Amino acid sequence: MGYNARFKVWRGDNTDGDLEDFTVEVNEGEVVLDVIHRLQATQTPDLAVRWNCKAGKCGSCSAEINGRPRLLCMTRMSAFAEDEVVSVTPLRAFPVVKDLVTDVSFNYEKARQVPAFAPPPELALGEYRMDQLDVERSQEFRKCIECFLCQDTCHVVRDHEENKESFAGPRFFIRLAELDMHPLDVRDRTREAQETHGLGMCNITKCCTEVCPEHIKITDNAIIPMKERVVDTRYDPLVWLGNKIPRRSGAAASRSLHSGDVTTAEAQARGRLRQKPTDTTALTTLQQALHGQGRFADAAGASRSRVEHAGRVRTARQGALAAHAWELLCAVESGQLDLDGVEDEIATTLQQAQRLTSTGTVLAGTHALHHLVHGRLAEAAEHAREAIVWDRDRATRADDLVTLSEGLAGLGESEEAASALAESQSLWPDNPRLAGVRSNLDDMNVHGRPTPAASVDEG
Amino acid sequence: MTEIERHSYDVVVIGAGGAGLRAAIEARLLGKRTAIVCKSLFGKAHTVMAEGGAAAAMGNVNSKDNWQVHFRDTNRGGKFLNNWRMTELHAKEAPDRVWELETYGALFDRTPDGRISQRNFGGHEYPRLAHVGDRTGLEIIRTLQQQIVSLQQDDLRDHRDAEGMIKVFAETTITSLLKDGDRMSGAVGYTRENGTFVVFEAPAVILATGGIGKSYKVTSNSWEYTGDGHALAMKAGATLLNMEFVQFHPTGMVWPPSVKGILVTESVRGDGGVLKNSEGKRFMFDYVPAVFRKQYAETEEEADGWYDDPSGNRRPPELLPRDEVARAINSEVKAGRGSPSGGVFLDIASRLPAESIRKKLPSMYHQFTELADVDITAQPMEVGPTCHYVMGGVEVDPDTAAAVVPGLFAAGEVSGGMHGSNRLGGNSLSDLLVFGRRAGEGASAYVDALGSARPAVTDLDVEDAHRAAEAPLTTSGGENPYAIHADLQQTMNDLVGIIRTASELEEALGRLEELKARVKKVSVVGNKVFNPGWHLALDLPNMIIVSECIARSALMREESRGGHTRDDFPAMSAEWRKVNLVCRPAGDGVEVTRQPLLPMPPELLSLFDREELNKYMTDEELAILPPETEREKSPEMSQVNSEETKA
Repeated sequence: MGYNARFKVWRGDNTDGDLEDFTVEVNEGEVVLDVIHRLQATQTPDLAVRWNCKAGKCGSCSAEINGRPRLLCMTRMSAFAEDEVVSVTPLRAFPVVKDLVTDVSFNYEKARQVPAFAPPPELALGEYRMDQLDVERSQEFRKCIECFLCQDTCHVVRDHEENKESFAGPRFFIRLAELDMHPLDVRDRTREAQETHGLGMCNITKCCTEVCPEHIKITDNAIIPMKERVVDTRYDPLVWLGNKIPRRSGAAASRSLHSGDVTTAEAQARGRLRQKPTDTTALTTLQQALHGQGRFADAAGASRSRVEHAGRVRTARQGALAAHAWELLCAVESGQLDLDGVEDEIATTLQQAQRLTSTGTVLAGTHALHHLVHGRLAEAAEHAREAIVWDRDRATRADDLVTLSEGLAGLGESEEAASALAESQSLWPDNPRLAGVRSNLDDMNVHGRPTPAASVDEG
Repeated sequence: MTEIERHSYDVVVIGAGGAGLRAAIEARLLGKRTAIVCKSLFGKAHTVMAEGGAAAAMGNVNSKDNWQVHFRDTNRGGKFLNNWRMTELHAKEAPDRVWELETYGALFDRTPDGRISQRNFGGHEYPRLAHVGDRTGLEIIRTLQQQIVSLQQDDLRDHRDAEGMIKVFAETTITSLLKDGDRMSGAVGYTRENGTFVVFEAPAVILATGGIGKSYKVTSNSWEYTGDGHALAMKAGATLLNMEFVQFHPTGMVWPPSVKGILVTESVRGDGGVLKNSEGKRFMFDYVPAVFRKQYAETEEEADGWYDDPSGNRRPPELLPRDEVARAINSEVKAGRGSPSGGVFLDIASRLPAESIRKKLPSMYHQFTELADVDITAQPMEVGPTCHYVMGGVEVDPDTAAAVVPGLFAAGEVSGGMHGSNRLGGNSLSDLLVFGRRAGEGASAYVDALGSARPAVTDLDVEDAHRAAEAPLTTSGGENPYAIHADLQQTMNDLVGIIRTASELEEALGRLEELKARVKKVSVVGNKVFNPGWHLALDLPNMIIVSECIARSALMREESRGGHTRDDFPAMSAEWRKVNLVCRPAGDGVEVTRQPLLPMPPELLSLFDREELNKYMTDEELAILPPETEREKSPEMSQVNSEETKA
């Protein structure tokens, strides 16, 4: 099916250049890089192009094809009509070295400004333990092949050289998000993103996501969650720590904090509180340790103290209020507290928490449970679904799936309820809420079975 | 004479793939001022192409795995031509090297209990490959790249100079190594960006330049794989070992023509994919050689049972070492049972649910959708052998990676010996970590031992190198480098490919002489600024000399073993197993001599069944083997052996 295609290729350097016309043979199955190579071999031996693997894995052959940032090796000629003129130009956001080759050193300078992975120093070689589900979030960003197409297309710098100094660009936002979501990284990345790397300058037009050849959801999965957390956690290391550990997970939190069991964690927290009853860190640990044991009413007592001692920092208050509402609701759900007795407290707490929250989604899971304990099943399911879309850690997702499962079971959607329950159990088998919920659901003939681990593991 | 940029370092690392970066990290950690010189941008090296994983006997998935089993698999895969000490160090140190990457920030896939997951691969007895889906190489290169950045951040903090201790010279090509007497004194090259000539004065030079695949037409290798390190080493007086052994990966893409050769990871077979011919037959059962018969299934039922119950069933023959599978595919195609585009079918679609294919093999799914319009979850892939890896390389001391020239070191694909006649999948990523580190350590120790007695670079040598590099630009009316390259690739593909014969190899050597003469008259248009024609013109002599090494060694080795198959000598010879072939420069060509292979010591030999050794060794070697009782002295090892007998 060979035919002659018409190409316009930019030739020149940083000072001068122009589009040059070529007519060149194209064969079946070829990509634009094949055509550029044919030009080199037959017409313009010194045509400069950067390339390496020709398999979309190295990210070297970035250029703009008909004005769109693309990899030359992954753009098939069959995407163009035979009579279409195909233009190939260098990346616009970077200075030209020669022809299609640009000086991308900006990116390497920015890379050096992102502090490296900060591992927990106490772990020896081979002692790292991480859940597949937790590493997958960062793995998405580590798919990045550093083609810098996202940097090229981002309008913050594409035509605004002056912004380059204070703006790291999408490639480094996903690097920061990757480190932020790394289960063992111990630095505060969100704050860095905002203060040092210009996260605030991004106004989420999603152009970067559109051009990513690895289909990384740069905007939705990295930039938006970080922006949300910037608003939630700015200048508050305590809340940041709370975000690093699963937010509502008693057992998992204690595991992270104390590498022991919940009763040890409880004892340690109580020990500290005897010395300093207003220590909010200890109160948080105590609350989570009690939660982990399924003692939700006691946990609500601890979270009530947390609220009292949270101080005036907005994010710390918000975190304490959210946790308190959650504990009260769990206590009601499990029958440890009577709804009538605490409904006012729940409503007020939730209201105050909501007022301090930047987006509607952060408390969606809590609202879902609130609806559930009031028997408003459809609303509960709806809010739980919304929450699940935004959930960032497995424990929170597991919790919201339990709520969803209960709501659905009540609505008679037992099949869907069972699958939500199953996923929840596989995410967090020790969730203390499950014990109470299981008997409810058993009554309705909803049995979740955890999905086989084989689907995740390579064994 | 035009201006020349000069730099002085303790250690210069040529190549920024896994081996080079790991070597540089080690040298910097040992306090050496280190330069990394690479042809591409930082982080783009060929290591990104590695898909399957890094083999390391961590025992996370099957606790029976240990270094002895890995050692045994590696030597078995290399058909006992490996340098035993390298395979021993490799098997012992690979787990630490992989775990170390986690401390640099690597995120491997996990087991249910949170450890690094390991996958099955051809020739490995147990699931052994640490991996990240099918993009493990990218993870490793990015991790090492980020670790170097991390060290630079430390240097910025401590010395106010990020590049004071370790600096990357990207898009810079080394054209010559420099010597002072018999010792290394540095290297010279040019930068692509502006053509500036650069001199690196350094007492220690580490070659980590990778392989030679661009001498072949159908290859999974990128343009960088022009055998630079092999050629530089030989020109500097180092020796190349067993260059006849070239691995053809059994599964490269065969359609469309423009992507022919691009790799289809072995993980497809490790995860259940099977090979079928045009008659729909799973043909690999017909190609299990005698030496492997004990370990591989004889029926489809048994083979399929292995994925779930590896201790109750033998392995599927699709997971034979790469040389066996490549030859089998070659035979099927020759017998007229190939696919429409001249390969065979690799079927994962009928073996796994679409969702798990997408999850386990995301890059493959992506690659076939984008480049071939093939949905691998619904239809089989067409695959065929592609030039993938050279087992031969610079002869080195296993412990220090030192070549025979003082001050010269080599690690990764450019070094020889580790993989014998055939490399197991997954062993290259671990190889480059283990020996990259050792090269960095070896070079640092060498520099320390030198003290203040540093070798010097002479201006005359620099000028010579400079003039030679500019020659193609000053010649006019000569040959087009692209045409010479195309002819070289065709020659190697047609005459020095998977199946070789004396007459074709002789013909190849004749054609290489012609190419050698043509390349002297090569001329390029344009100037020195990022001029690919000029770059290719300078790479060509390297490709040609390395091709000559391959062809001459292949002609001399009159047997078939691993990545070297002689149609006129189809059998494996126990006599030839004791022989390494060593290349040295002679005139403007290459001379090949025989050199005895270092025998494996008794305690390591005892890891193998006598029955297995019988298939490889000469009667004289067998006669002096330690008595069987040796093995009983080591309970751990005898347990390993009995496990194998059961499996």
